[in-house]
Order: sequence, then structure tokens, then C-alpha cells
Amino acid sequence: MGLSCGCSNENERVLSSLSIGESGIVSKVTGEAGLKRRILEMGLVPGTQIRVERKAPLNDPVSVWFRGYELSLRVEEANAVLVRSAGCAGCSGGCAR
Amino acid sequence: MSWTVALAGNPNTGKTSLFNALTGASQHVGNWPGVTVERKEGRFRSSGAEMTLVDLPGIYSLGAASLDEEIAADFLLRNRPDLAIVVADASNLERSLYLAVQMLEIGTPLVVALNMMDTAAEKGIVIDVEKLSALLGVPVVPTVARRKEGIEALKERVAIALKEKSGPPEQFSLPYGERLTPLFDDLEAFLTERGEFLPGLSPRATAVKFTEGDRVVLAAADAKGFRNGMEDLVAKKGKKIEDELGYDLQTAVIERRWGFVSGVTAEAVQRDLSLKARLSISDRIDRVVTSRSLGLPLFFLVTWAIFRLTYALGDPLVEFLEGFFEVLGEHAGEFLASAGASEIISSFVQDGLVGGLGSVVVFFPHIFILFAFIALLEDSGYMARGAFVMDRVMHLMGLHGKSFIPMLMGFGCNVPSIMATRILEQPRDRMITLLVLPFMSCSARLPVFVLFAGIFFGAHAGTAVFSLYVLGIVVAVLAAKVLGSTLFKGESSQLVMELPPYHVPSFSMVLRHAWERGFLFLQKAGTYILLSVIAVWLLASFPWGVEYGSSESFVGRIGHVLAPFFAPAGFGFWQAAVALFFGFLAKEVVVGTLGALLGAGEAGLAAALPVLFTPLSAYAFLVMVLLYVPCVAVVAAFRRETGSWRWTFFMVAYTTLIGYGGAVLVYQGGKLLGLG
Repeated sequence: MGLSCGCSNENERVLSSLSIGESGIVSKVTGEAGLKRRILEMGLVPGTQIRVERKAPLNDPVSVWFRGYELSLRVEEANAVLVRSAGCAGCSGGCAR
Repeated sequence: MSWTVALAGNPNTGKTSLFNALTGASQHVGNWPGVTVERKEGRFRSSGAEMTLVDLPGIYSLGAASLDEEIAADFLLRNRPDLAIVVADASNLERSLYLAVQMLEIGTPLVVALNMMDTAAEKGIVIDVEKLSALLGVPVVPTVARRKEGIEALKERVAIALKEKSGPPEQFSLPYGERLTPLFDDLEAFLTERGEFLPGLSPRATAVKFTEGDRVVLAAADAKGFRNGMEDLVAKKGKKIEDELGYDLQTAVIERRWGFVSGVTAEAVQRDLSLKARLSISDRIDRVVTSRSLGLPLFFLVTWAIFRLTYALGDPLVEFLEGFFEVLGEHAGEFLASAGASEIISSFVQDGLVGGLGSVVVFFPHIFILFAFIALLEDSGYMARGAFVMDRVMHLMGLHGKSFIPMLMGFGCNVPSIMATRILEQPRDRMITLLVLPFMSCSARLPVFVLFAGIFFGAHAGTAVFSLYVLGIVVAVLAAKVLGSTLFKGESSQLVMELPPYHVPSFSMVLRHAWERGFLFLQKAGTYILLSVIAVWLLASFPWGVEYGSSESFVGRIGHVLAPFFAPAGFGFWQAAVALFFGFLAKEVVVGTLGALLGAGEAGLAAALPVLFTPLSAYAFLVMVLLYVPCVAVVAAFRRETGSWRWTFFMVAYTTLIGYGGAVLVYQGGKLLGLG
């Protein structure tokens, strides 16, 4: 059922590849256990709408806006977060449940 | 009746302000057992109840993904406080509630302090307090801790909640949905059959935490021999759930918890903080402050200004204190002599006791001023931006974005910068920064460099001094790299850091913070410094009757023993060894000691030093002075910050070895190149 609402896995990208101002919806968090847990508990769970707010002068870290606050992650950390494009409308959140 | 109340909350929610407002002056600062994280305790009373408030570290969750979270989770589970106050940021309710919900799940009786109501109002956020209270099933008290609003109401509500409490707290049960609930039911039945699992943790909560892979629960399951049985149950239903969802069970549990939090927030908050509802002032500041072109220059400007101001404002005070203690020592010595005290006593009081006290107190102004600036940076929200723009560069060196500030401050004095490592949250980043900081050439080393360079390198003196500063940085970076890939290999370094909205810092908070840090230094590190100064006085003065620090004194004899070891570095004579020994008190003392030992005074050194040193061995000596064990105050501050004698001894040994190795390398290498 998870993917039944028309979102395909093909447009899944790592969070760090989004450019400034681009939005997306978290689809999965991977990575080393401690980091993964931390990212999830900070609120980056599947279904969360995010927007890349800014990038540091050397493009690393990146800063992401979601759930009413801003969180910065190193690129290597943001690589653990997979997002779908926000254009996949109508199923925001729905896909996750 | 006295109760234990824990205070928990996210960073940047005004938790410290609330702690201060609740407990006033009745605070005690210590450390959590076995770790370097600070533990604050205070007292307050209301309606005849006496409460001890334990301030937990500022955390976002209880997942034990960091040391701070481990401490908090451990305290809540094992010490079982009678109640916990959770500080929630009213202007950022959703994120604040995650922690509160986690605490409810493990059965902690809660009162929510809904703080920063003023900021929320400014953002146009209206919260239905009663609805929030009903949804969570716990009392909610609105507060503005910075203006001390709602504090009395909070105290009263806590007292009432404590008195009403009887028997086990009502079971809070989060709706985990149709997929996870049957799995939890199975696990709960399994656990209920087998009796108590973790003291105080309900079978339901245990089931949830087991499924999400909580380390504490997994370990307890192992210890009880339940793990295999529970894993079988999880495997039976879990695979199907994971397939359906497209992600694992841990993600599923945390996702559902956030789902619940979002739901509560949506119902209780009038204006949802959607992607567009961004506090625009903060954003506009950030467009400049973190921008590609201005981000780094601005950060350098700010830190450089702090560096200059700390020492420009602090130095006159330090000079005054130095003069004051010198005069005080002389007067005390004279007074004792005239009162008929023996010379040994008056010398001990003048040089050992008063001199030692003086060498503790002189650090206070710099620590106070630096921490006022640090509090300003942290409270305003700029510290996180600084770490954000610097992290890439610092991370390349094996450090953290926030390491930059202590490293830079190290050029002034290593003592306040050792204390400034407190801004680093993760033990790994903190320890590495602490260990490499002493290589940053502090201002006390400069007089030694300048004197030697002036005598031996003439027109190239400036280059010689500059090269030593660069060498210090290079060694620090290399050491950070090596330490990061050896001793701290297993521990990952994380950024994952909130960029909180900017806000105007509270003046009283800044002063309070600065005073606290300065006072703690005097109290905790002071003792070690004083004792070391007295020990050095004893070694230099005895056997009684010899000239202070002379060849016949214990120090002189140690110098004679050590001298041969320094021969490979080109300065194998006892005066150099003794000068280095005294340099442990403060590095600039090396100059005065050499002057005294060579019978030349500081002015006569220009003639006396070239007899002993060649330019090459002089440079080797300077490398030694730069890198070997930092002064006693740094060692004491290091001990205070790490809370570990083991790490302190390691630091002393490894810096001295590197200093010695560096000096030998320079001297022998130079000779090979025909420079000697």
C-alpha cells in the first residue's frame, strides 16, 4: 500500500542533492544506527515535508526547514535522508501510512 | 516531605531561565557521576512542599543517541523522580512535544511548562492550553521564564500534582495504529507472563522500546534472557509490516510517535507553522549571516573582535590583580618577618601561598569576559550559525564547527579556551579539541619567543616567531587527525544541529553565566593550581638554606638529572631543564628563570644565552617551549573539564613527548642539513 498512491521509487533522491529553496517529502532514512536514530527523532520521518533553506559557504552543511524549525546537517548526514519530490501531491503523509 | 523533580526540555527553549526563575540562588553545580556533563540542582517550595529540582541536560529525545540523552534517560528510568517538568517552546510546540510524549510513555508523571508564550504571541501563534492539557492528560502551565511570569503558578501546579499522586501513574498509551498495535499486544502478553522486566517500565512501554531498538531495553532483554523470545515475536509480524510500509520497524515506531505529536499540535495550536509561516526577521538576518560571500568573513570578524576585546578588557584587570598579589605577598612576608616568624614561614606565605592564590585569581577576568561573549553568542543564536559556516573546514581537520572558538581563544590564553570547549556537546569533539588546544601558542609563550628570536635570529626574528605559531597550528591539526582516527575511531562525529531563531539575549543571563564559569574555575581548578605552586616552591626552596631554584636546590638537582636527556635536542644543560620546569608554572617564567640562573638578569641574557645556545638549539628550545606540557593552570582546567586524571596524565605525557620529539627532530634535522 505504501507506494500505491502513484509515487514511484524512481524519483527518490538524497536530501543533500536538493538545491536551496527546493522542497521534498522524506521517504526513508538510512545510515549508521546512531545517526539514523538521531535524524528520525529530530522529526525527519517518512512523510515529513521539508525544504532546503540554505547551504553553508562551502555547500556543506545544509540547513533544512521542517516541523516549524530549522536543522542543519553535514552533507554526509543529509545523504542518509531520502526524499521524494514534493510535486508528488495528494499523497503527502498518506504514503507513509 | 521533600520531592525530587526533574527539569527536562529541548535546548533553546529557555530551560536555563526557567531553572533560575524556579530555584533563585539556591543552586548547586556538580557533575553527573563518571561523566563530564554538568549537573545542576536547586530547591524551591510551594504550598508546604519542598522540592529538589534536578536540571537534566538539554535534549531533543530520549533515544540515547548522545551522552546527554543517555544521562537523562538513565535518570528518569533508574532514579524515578517524583515528577518531571518538561519545558516546551510555545513558539515551536511540535518539536518540543516529542520529548514530552516520550517521557509520558515511560511513565514519568509530568507537568508541562509552556514557555516563551510571548515569542509565540509575536509569531501569531495561539495555543489552547486546556485542550493541550486534555490531549496529553497532564497539567500545562503557560510561562515566560525570562520575565518570571507564570513561575508561581507552575510551582503550585507541581505541588498539587505531587500531592495528588498516589499509586502508579495512569498508563499513557499512544495510538500506534493498526499495524504496530497487534505486535505490541503480543510482546506485552509475553512480558506480562514473565513478570517485571525493567523496574518501573510497564510491559507496554517495554514492548514499544524493544521494537524501536532502544539500547537500554535491548540490553535488559539480553540480561534476562528474553531477547530471543521477543525477537521471534517481532520477526513473526514485523517483516510483513516492514514490507507494507517500505521502511523498518524503528522508523515505523518513531514515525507514529511524530504522527501523534503532529496531531496534538494541530488540534491545540491555532496557527499551524506551515512552510511559509517563517519568522521573517531571523530569515533575513540569516540571508546575510550564512551567505556564501559574507558568512565566513563575518564569522572571522566576530570571533576576532571577541578575541581582541577579551584580552583588551581583561589585561588591565589581570595586571592590577598581579600587582595586588605581589604587594600583598611582600606585605605578608614583611609582616611575618617583623612578627618574628622564621624565614621559611614568611617565604612560604609570600611565594607559595599568596603567590599561588594570585596565580589562580589572575585567570578570572579573562574567563569572565570570554564567557560573557560566549553566552551572548549562544543566547542570541549566532553560535549555531558560526558552527554552520565553519563546520566544513573544521571537520576536514577532524574537529567540529564549534571547535573554532576555543582554538582561536587559545592564542590568548589556553585556560579560558579549555573552559570554552563546553560549547561542544559531543564527548568526542570535546575531548579532541581539549587535547589539541594546548598546541595553540598562548600569549605567555610569546615573551620567550621574542627574547630568543631577538637574540638569535636578528632581522628574521619576526619570521621565526611566526613560524612557531604556524607550527603550533600544524601540530594541533595533525594531532586532531591522528587522535580522531585512533583513540576516538569508533565514535562518530555528528553535526545535526538546530539553527534556532535569533533573539535578543538577556543581559542578566549573560552576566550570571559568566560569573558562574569564573567562579567554578576558582573553586575547582584553583585548588590544583595552588597545590602545584606550593609544590614547586617546596622543590625550589629545599633543602632549606640554598638559594631559591639554584643548582643545589631539589629543582636544580632534578635539572642535573634531566639535562642529559635534552642533549639530543641541543640544550643538555641543567639551567635549560630547570627553566622548563619552572615554565610549568607559567611559560613566560622560562625567561626570568634563565636570567636568574645565568646570573645575568633578563637584560643580560643577550650576552649570556649565545654561550649556551646556537641558533639551531635555540630554535629547538623554542619548539619545546611551544609544545611541551602546558602550564599548571591549563592542566588544572583540563582536569576540571574532563573530570579524569587518566586523560589529564595522558595530555601531560603526550604533549611533553611531542615537544621533546619536535625539539630533537629540529636539532638533529638541522644538523644534518648543516645548519648547526
